[in-house]
Amino acid sequence: MNAILNSMTLKPCKDGTIEARYALVTMNGNGTKAEQRNGTQPVALRCSGLVKRYADVTAVDGIDLEVRTGECFGLLGPNGAGKTTTVEIFEGLTKPDSGVVEVLGKRWGAGHDRALRNRFGVQLQETQLSEKLTVKETVQLFRSFYSRGLDVESIINLVELNEKADARVGKLSGGQKQRLAIACAMAGDPDLIFLDEPTTGLDPQARLKLWDIVEQFRAGGGSIVLTTHYMEEAARLCDRVAVMDHGHVIALGTPAELIASLGADQIVEFSVKGRVEEESLEGLAGVRGVRATKDGYALTVSEIATALPALLAEIEGERAELVTLTTHQATLEDVFVSLTGRMLRDA
Amino acid sequence: MFLSVLLEECCAMPEQVTINGVETETEERKGEASRSAVSAKQHKKDERPAAESKRFHPLLELTLARVREFLREPEVIFWVFVFPILLVFALGIAFRNQGPQKVHIAVERSESNPSASSAIFDSLSRSHDLSIVQLSSAESAQALRSGKVALVVRANDGGGATTSGATSPSFNYRFDPTRPESRQARMLVDDALQRGAGRKDVTSASDETVTEPGARYIDFLIPGLLGMNLMGSGLWGVGFAVVSARTRKLLKRFAATPMRRAHYLLSFVLSRLFFLFLEVAVVIAFAYFTFGFRVHGSWLGMVFLLLLGALTFSGVGLLVASRPKTIEGVSGLMNLVMMPMWLLSGTFFSSSRFPDFLQPFIKSLPLTALNDSLRAVMNDGTSLATSWIAIGILLAWCVVTFVVALKIFRWQ
Repeated sequence: MNAILNSMTLKPCKDGTIEARYALVTMNGNGTKAEQRNGTQPVALRCSGLVKRYADVTAVDGIDLEVRTGECFGLLGPNGAGKTTTVEIFEGLTKPDSGVVEVLGKRWGAGHDRALRNRFGVQLQETQLSEKLTVKETVQLFRSFYSRGLDVESIINLVELNEKADARVGKLSGGQKQRLAIACAMAGDPDLIFLDEPTTGLDPQARLKLWDIVEQFRAGGGSIVLTTHYMEEAARLCDRVAVMDHGHVIALGTPAELIASLGADQIVEFSVKGRVEEESLEGLAGVRGVRATKDGYALTVSEIATALPALLAEIEGERAELVTLTTHQATLEDVFVSLTGRMLRDA
Repeated sequence: MFLSVLLEECCAMPEQVTINGVETETEERKGEASRSAVSAKQHKKDERPAAESKRFHPLLELTLARVREFLREPEVIFWVFVFPILLVFALGIAFRNQGPQKVHIAVERSESNPSASSAIFDSLSRSHDLSIVQLSSAESAQALRSGKVALVVRANDGGGATTSGATSPSFNYRFDPTRPESRQARMLVDDALQRGAGRKDVTSASDETVTEPGARYIDFLIPGLLGMNLMGSGLWGVGFAVVSARTRKLLKRFAATPMRRAHYLLSFVLSRLFFLFLEVAVVIAFAYFTFGFRVHGSWLGMVFLLLLGALTFSGVGLLVASRPKTIEGVSGLMNLVMMPMWLLSGTFFSSSRFPDFLQPFIKSLPLTALNDSLRAVMNDGTSLATSWIAIGILLAWCVVTFVVALKIFRWQ
């Protein structure tokens, strides 16, 4: 962690305040910001045996997780996987039917809920902030709820909305609104923030900007719990990812570990005119797995250099005609597909 | 806008003073342990060069947000400020005092004997209290039925073709005895016709007329309208804002912050007080200059009652809005709550017209309590002490609705 922070101070930073804060932390030799925030607490959040049932569905079905201090932890899964319910249980907004949650070392309902809420920030998926208020007024309102935190201008600076400070919320673009939501989450200088699908519906540029902000927060020692159904978002931002489906955690690890668990680094997808036997594909050199797709096959491949010529020879041998062929680096999407047989986005 | 300036100044007050003023004793103690733990760590954090901001009190910030949202909603301004004036104006015009009111009657034109009906018309025309029209048989029946005239006079066929002849004239009065103005018309018309036929009074009487201050209909109406406005704007203003924040998941977002939930509800009550002054001042000033309306009792007492009324109805508004998830839901509920009070609480006519067995119920309604106590102060000029029952009822509504609303409030 120290190494990361030291390297951060060398990098040119867009925001002066943040930069100054890192510099001080490292110069004082006080240890990492994360340690300073949370004392010796190594775990930001812990839950075990979490279950939440609704009338017609079990949204969360026995989840055990641990989020380390200073890490960005991702809950990746399709819509309806139970990510939002899980996060809202963490945030103390939903009561679980059973299970234990410990946020920043404290449990909900033990008499210090307000003190606990003072230490984390949230961004909810569906919240529409008041359109009639300006950016500054909104941040000022949220800032007033917390006993600590930066001043309003600095918070607005953090999310780069300085130019829009006096604009009405109703006039902001989708990306700007989302950044304002994050500013509100950061109003109390939190140790931990929960972001529920922060970039859903944003254009690529707005998404990149938001990722920057999240990375800056993490670099400052803050812990993050983030839900998303974008694999590239999880891969870019998260130190560790829990893949969720139907209320279960079906895989857990760093993005690299999860991809490595496929035992392959390339995915080859192709379609042919004619027939190719699935069994013969499985026998090809360098091929680790075969899966039928809508109009062909997807192969998980460990050595593309040997697998590709073998595949082409096989197709020719079967007197079939190659129609399409694409290869890409294995991603979290492929992990999800291999675990569930479904794509993240159509699931 | 001067309101927000005012608030901004309040915000600059030392934080601790206001916090202690609002937080309750028990909550303070409960939070003590955890807070000291936090503040110990905060000391360490404070060493960072990043400036810790001066924090405004959340209750003031919330109230300020309410006021801003409200002022930036032009249609609300119309309903709160312009609509009451239009109402006062329209009612004031419709029920203005135009000297003694004339009674409208009709004389039925006789086809067979036109001179008889014009003779009746002539003798009635001498009366200053009557306004007379000549109508055909069918027309007069229609006019009576629709209430345009209070009574129809007809010369009986058997009766006098000549007023000077031997046979005395005979008349027929057609009217509805359940209508007070019809009975009055019967007396006036009969009196005029009898005198016209030569009746002489046997005793003499003289009239002495007086007009009591505050006894006009507009004087009765203004306190009632103020009460009704406070109810309407309290319920609509609070109800819509709360439910729309709930549908937009803003309440849920607030619930995830350390904001005190009572502060959120209180901000509605406080923001209502700011608008109360404008709302009331506009109506009273308008009535003062247009209709010569005067407050006969103490202004201080009136302001106290209006404040209490505004608090009470924002409490009722919070309670009504504490559960519904949709605007449609809360609208229905608000109409359900307001309808009985519109009818029963004596805004447009005295609630004493309702039967006795209903009176205990009517008296316990907050709008009745507000209207009655406002009239006592504004029209009769009595002291607040005489209205202590009504004030007690308002206080009870205010406290109970707020506490229950806080208890059952749906944040998600």
